[in-house]
Formats: sequence, structure tokens, C-alpha cells
Amino acid sequence: MSARRPIPRWADVALLPAINLLLALIVSGLVVLFVGENPFHAIQVIIYGAFGYGEGVGYTLYYATNFIFTGLAVAVAAHAGLFNIGGDGQAYVAGLGAIVVALALDQTHWLIAMPLAVIAAGAVGGFWAFVPGWLQAKRGSHVVITTIMFNFIAAALMVYMVNRVLKPASTMAPESETIDVAGRVPQLRQFFSFFGYSPVNLSIVIAIAALIGVYILIWHTKFGYAMRVLGQNPTASRYAGISNSRMIMITMTISGALAGMVAINEVMGVQNRLVLDFVAGAGFVGIAVALMGRNHPIGIALAAVLFGALYQGGQELQFVIPGITREMIVVIQALVILFTGAMEGLFRPALERAFMLFSPEQKADAIAASTAKTES
Amino acid sequence: MNPQRPETAAASAPANGWAIELEQINKRFGAVHANKDIDLSIARGTIHGIVGENGAGKSTLMSILYGFYTADSGTIRVNGQVQSITDSSHALSLGIGMVHQHFMLVDNFSVLENIVLGAEDSGFLKPSLDRARKELDRLEHEYDLEVDPDAIIEDISVGQQQRVEILKALYRGAETLILDEPTGVLTPKEADDLFRVLRTLREQGKTVILITHKLREIMAITDSVSVMRQGQMVATVRTSETSPEQLAELMVGRRVLLRVEKDQAKPGKTLLEVQNLVVKDDMGITRVKDVSFAVRAGEIVGIAGVSGNGQSELLEAVSGMRDQASGNVILNGDALSLKGDDGAARARAAGLAHVPEDRQRMGLVTNFSEWENAILGYQNSSDYGQGPFLDIGAAKKRAAEHVKLFDVRPANINLKTSLFSGGNQQKIVLAREMERDPDVLVIGQPTRGVDIGAIEFIHNEIIKMRDEGKAILLVSVELDEIRSLADRIIVMFDGVIVGEADPASASEGELGLMMAGINDKAAAGPGAAGQETKP
Repeated sequence: MSARRPIPRWADVALLPAINLLLALIVSGLVVLFVGENPFHAIQVIIYGAFGYGEGVGYTLYYATNFIFTGLAVAVAAHAGLFNIGGDGQAYVAGLGAIVVALALDQTHWLIAMPLAVIAAGAVGGFWAFVPGWLQAKRGSHVVITTIMFNFIAAALMVYMVNRVLKPASTMAPESETIDVAGRVPQLRQFFSFFGYSPVNLSIVIAIAALIGVYILIWHTKFGYAMRVLGQNPTASRYAGISNSRMIMITMTISGALAGMVAINEVMGVQNRLVLDFVAGAGFVGIAVALMGRNHPIGIALAAVLFGALYQGGQELQFVIPGITREMIVVIQALVILFTGAMEGLFRPALERAFMLFSPEQKADAIAASTAKTES
Repeated sequence: MNPQRPETAAASAPANGWAIELEQINKRFGAVHANKDIDLSIARGTIHGIVGENGAGKSTLMSILYGFYTADSGTIRVNGQVQSITDSSHALSLGIGMVHQHFMLVDNFSVLENIVLGAEDSGFLKPSLDRARKELDRLEHEYDLEVDPDAIIEDISVGQQQRVEILKALYRGAETLILDEPTGVLTPKEADDLFRVLRTLREQGKTVILITHKLREIMAITDSVSVMRQGQMVATVRTSETSPEQLAELMVGRRVLLRVEKDQAKPGKTLLEVQNLVVKDDMGITRVKDVSFAVRAGEIVGIAGVSGNGQSELLEAVSGMRDQASGNVILNGDALSLKGDDGAARARAAGLAHVPEDRQRMGLVTNFSEWENAILGYQNSSDYGQGPFLDIGAAKKRAAEHVKLFDVRPANINLKTSLFSGGNQQKIVLAREMERDPDVLVIGQPTRGVDIGAIEFIHNEIIKMRDEGKAILLVSVELDEIRSLADRIIVMFDGVIVGEADPASASEGELGLMMAGINDKAAAGPGAAGQETKP
């Protein structure tokens, strides 16, 4: 009967992240102030840079595309109680799948190349997560450890593959051959000139489809139900006849395949070839995105756009205000991740108390529900 | 002394004075009046019982006395002095000690270290321990509470651990001891020992407040008893002037049948057969040692035993949850494969339903809503959607039927399961498992933490299943429950079946001895070495 009343859902998904974000911006503002610049000007530049004109919006969405994929990867695993920190590595090796299909089907129309590349990238990314999943299910090695280690293996593997296998003999740069124009994923600017020269491409459609697909998977399928049972209570899932080991392996594979979609955006949509380190930390941002988005597709979409805006607005900021260096931008991004991701629960107790104070009726309802027992 | 309590027999001032007096205590949680104008006076040097259903306000009241909550209004007098108890260390300094239902001990510390913990005199441990050893020696003699001060907590029995808790409170100078459901984890013998200790405490002038739902214990040991219902103190009576039936009626507010009424069993063909079952737990320790038995249609077989003697592992193996098992489990004539971690699904497919011992850890996902729990274990059934998709409408419809049939309250299928009371959570599980019309029903602790009113309902449902020709395997640590429900009793001790008894003829004493491993059959075996019961 001492149960602390949880805050209403809207406050959990909207108000709490908003407070966290505000706090991050205030602290960032102090940092900007500290280096002698005007924080209000800085935030204006970030917002304008991210949303103020077509090309800026395009860039924001391009970054957001990656973050949706990696955010969904983290969220799917999280629903099954698994913490997949290996989105970076999974996206990276998925580049192999994407580039192999793209180069093999060079000259082929993208409408054929792209779906096949999606399958190939998903398969390779999925495999890269399946192995840690298998290790946890069968050998008891925790995925948090193994997925991190797989990031390093991925990095080493990709350096080898790019330099020794994929690099044409004639070039010096560590990158694969370039995909022919016909096979590239079309840029949105080909359809809407609004987006200027930004790299946002049709991969965003895959991202939106993935958001919907994950929603259906988790809340409207028997598999998703089993996944959530496992995530909430592994003993109950065993009781319910769910094979925990099989669920872990399949869920990790799905998670890795989602992370692998980053390769479609980057390799086939933007770079048009496989370059080293093309994931650029998107896998880790995915963790913050999933945390901030409460592992819900809608939240993930919003959080991904926010982080996309920070990336794009941050780029803009260093051009407009020379006093703010590239490193400063990283500091600001890190603060946002810190406050919205790592410390997202900071204000929860205070908020719970506040709701207790200001809505006595709701509180009463909750407690009445929790203690509606004596009549039975 | 108090005109509002005409039935209060113990109200006239006692010879030794009052240890605790609560007057007009009120505590609200929002609209819920958890404690409403509570008056309670406890005479020094007595054992005072407090009974009431879950949610009646017992815990709240004791939490107020022990300083966890502050009352909204009302006065507390300790030894006649008005006090406002701010926290538990303040309560302790006033001589009020509490023994919690779940022990607050550090498992890998010695008894002595646990007793000193939090009451050290200085930064150095040695002087404190030396002083504590002397004091402990004195206390052990004074109250007849022998415990080896150097034993490690995890090596001693639950009954011994409870003694450590009591010693801890006495060491801190407790004059009034609050015990919250102290016998739930004890063997009948250990419970008797505890009662002996409590009587000694009373002789030495200590006051004991005993919170329990077992009316038999109230009758056996208390001097007076208070009954709470829906936040109110409905009666305080002298134990010698009341009866279990009267107390039950006061608790529930209507007449309750304490005995289960049932006809003679008409056993049919064997539906569940267990042959040479050996089960290891997660640590690789063998917990069930070559057990064989059968359950026929239309009978209830009860497995009695002190908790931790292999019953849990047996239940889990029979219901397909353990792949570290060997031997045969035969359901409806077909052997159940025990390999793989989805055996529970195969067992269900073969017509077995399982009400687990621990509904919150196993039988429910407490973070899920009621309707989501109504399909747990049957999620892949075509009743809840074709192909891979989940038909939420169908699941909710089924959940609503369950809620109606089993009178689950509140009747809200969208409410989170953790917000239901223990009895209603149990009804959710029972409805789910019984309404699938299984051939074999395996039930662990059907009424643990369940209110008296709901117990009656649950028992009747189990009997109804039996009369419909189901084979029922029942495990319970409540001997009374097994004796009143089962048609045959099997007693387990240390992983072995030590005997079988007829509930109609076996006395409680005989069963108690078997539960402690003392039996002709067991005396020859290795299991009779003594009491090594751990939870």
C-alpha cells in the first residue's frame, strides 16, 4: 500500500523527455556561455540549421533515418529483455551484404537491387547479432559483453575486407568500387527539389515501414507477445512454454537486421560505395534514441528526428559561430545523450511526487485500484 | 475505559499496565482510508494477535507503530508516554522491535555479525563483537533461544534464522516485539518451538504482537486478539472467549465455511503418472530423488512437506518446466518429453494445466494488464488469432469471461495485474488454467497470501474440478489445506516420498513427523539425518 503511484502515460512519454531535453539545453547553454558565445544565438542557429530550410531538413531526416534503424534495433531487443549494444558493428558488417548485392547487380534498376540489398544487409547484420544471441542462449555469455566485443571484431573485419578484398587495385583510398547510378537508392531531391543537395533518400521509406512493422510485431503478433513476456519475466515465459533460448536468438537476429538497414541508407543511398567507418557511431546513438523513445516506434521516430536535428544543427553551428568548435558540438550532443538517455530517470521521483500533489483524485483512483481487495 | 468498544473485553486496565496504546489512529492514502479511527491497547506482558484479511490495514497500522508511516491523526502512547514515532530507529529506542515476514539478514555473515550489524559501538569490530557475544549468551539463556553465534546464516534452518531476527530485536533492547506472519515458512515443529519462545518472552515480561492469518495459531498462543476489517478495528476479544469461526466471521463480515465440504472421491483411470523422477535444480543439486506416484481421474493427491524439500522442483518437472530431469512423466498415457526449454507448451498440449506456486514470479507477468495475463501459456492457441497475429479482441473477450466467472475484482481487464490483490491475482491464474478444461491440473500453494473469503471460493473450484473427473495434483505447505482437500496425501522430505497417508485417518502429529523426515521408511534412508530445511 506504500506503492508509489506511477506518473500518467502522457507525462512519461512527453513531459519527462521534454524536461530532460530542456535541462540538457540549459547545461549546454552554460557551456556555450563559458566559451564566450551567446547561447540563445547558438540555439537559434541549431534550430534554423536543422529545420529552417529544405536542405537542412533533408540532412536532419538523413541522420534520423540511421537513428530510426539503430533505435528500433535496441528497442526490439529491449522488449525481450536483451541489451543489444552492438548496433554499430551489426550495421557496419551489414555494409558487406549491401555492397556485394549492389556491385553484383550493378547496372540493374534500383527497384530490383534495393530489395535484394535489404535482404542481404539484413541477413548479414542479423547474423552478426545472432551469434551473440546464440552465445547467450546456449552458453550463457551475456549479450551486453558479446555485442560490444563484436563491434571490435566488426571493425577489424571491415578494415580487412575493404582493404584486401573490396578495394579495386587501381585506387589508393580504402573503399570499394562505386555503385553505378542505376543501382543507387534514389535521393528524395529527385522528386522534391525542396531538399536541396541533402542526402536524404528513399531509405527513409524503409525506416517508416520498419517503424510500423516493429509496432505490429511487438503488440499485434504472438511472437511479440512471447518476446514481451520473456523481457518482463523469464520465469513466466518458461512457465508459458516459450522457448527462451529460441526467442533470444530470433530476437537478436531481428535486432541485428534492423541495425543492418543503416547500410542501405549509407552504402546505397549516400556514399554509393563501401567506405571505412560509415556507421559513424549511429549504433550508439540508437541506444539513446530507444531510451528516450521509451522503446515505442512513435517515441523512437521523434527521438531520431531530435538527434538528427542535433547532428545537422551542430554542423551548421560550427560554420556560423567559429568560436564553437567541432569538439564543442560533440560535447553538446553528449550532454543531450547524457540527460535524455543515461539519466532519463533523474526527474521521475520528483515528477511522481508532483503528480501526487496536484491530482489527488487520480492518486486516489490508483490506490483504490491497488487496494480494492477486501470485498473478494 | 472506552465507551465506543462495548465488545472490548481487554479494555479494563491490566495489572502490568499498557505497553502500547493507540488512540483514534487515522491514515489515508488518497481516498482510501487504510486505518480508520483505530483504538488498540496492548497490555504489557501479553501476546496479542492481530488478524484481518489482506488490505484490512494490519500492515499499515504496524508500520505506523514501527515508524515507517506517520499517522494523519491520533496518538500513540508507549508505556503511557505520548510519542510521535518518526522512524524505525526511533521505534527501537522506545523498545519496539519488529521481525519481518522476509528476514533482513545477510546470508554470508555469521549469526553474531548479523546481530551486531547496525549496532556497532565503534569503528572497530572486535570490541563490539566481544560485547555482543556476552550479551547474546545472556539472552540465549534467558529466553531459551539457542543459536550458534558463529554459524553462517545460509547454513542454518529457517527456524534458526527467525531466532536470529528475534535475538537481533532483543539485543537492541526491544520490550515489545511485532512478528509479521512468523510461521509461514516454518515446519509444525519449528512453529511449536517459536511458540515456546514467545511464551518464554511473555513470562519475562515482554509484550508480543503477532500478525497472522492462521486462526489456529491465534487460538493456540495469544491472550487477546484484535480483528481488523476494511481499515477498521472491528473487535478486540479475549482469546479464551472466542472461537475460530467467530474470528473468521468478524474478519470477512459474513459466515465462512472453514471446512471444505466434499463427497467421497470416485477415482477413475490414471491420467498422470510419474515414474522414477529425478530433478536437479539450477545449481545442479538433486532435489527430487527417484519419485514415483500416480494421480487418477477424479481424485486429488496432495503433496505435503515443509517448503524446500523438492516439491517445487517436482511441480516444475511434472509441468514440463525443467529439462534437468530424468525419469518419466506420463500424461494421458503419453510420455512427456522433458528435453528443451519449451516443455511447458508440450505439457499443456497434452492436457495439463499448471497453477504455479509463485504466481507473481511465474504465473503472471505483473507488469501486463489483466487481459494479457489471461492468455499466458495459451498465446499460440488459434483461439487468440490465426497465424502469427494476436487477436486482441478475442483475448479480451476471454479475459472478460474469466473475470466474470471467477468474480475477479476490480472487474477491469485493462488494469495492470500488479494492482490486483493476492487473492484476485490467484483467481486470474486459476480462471486461465481451469477454463481450458484440462485433464490434469497441477496446483502449487493454491491459497498462499489469499484472503479467507477467496480461499473458500478457490477450494470449492478445486473440488468442482475433481468432481468433473480431472486428476489433480496439489502441493501446499498448509497442512490444513492438504488435509481438507486431498483424497490421498503423499509426504515429501529431502526429495524423497517418505510416506503416504489417508487424510481421514492420519493425525496432524503423524503427518508432522513424516514432514520432518521421521518415518520408518525414511529412518533407514539417508534422508533422515536431520532437519536441513532451507527455503
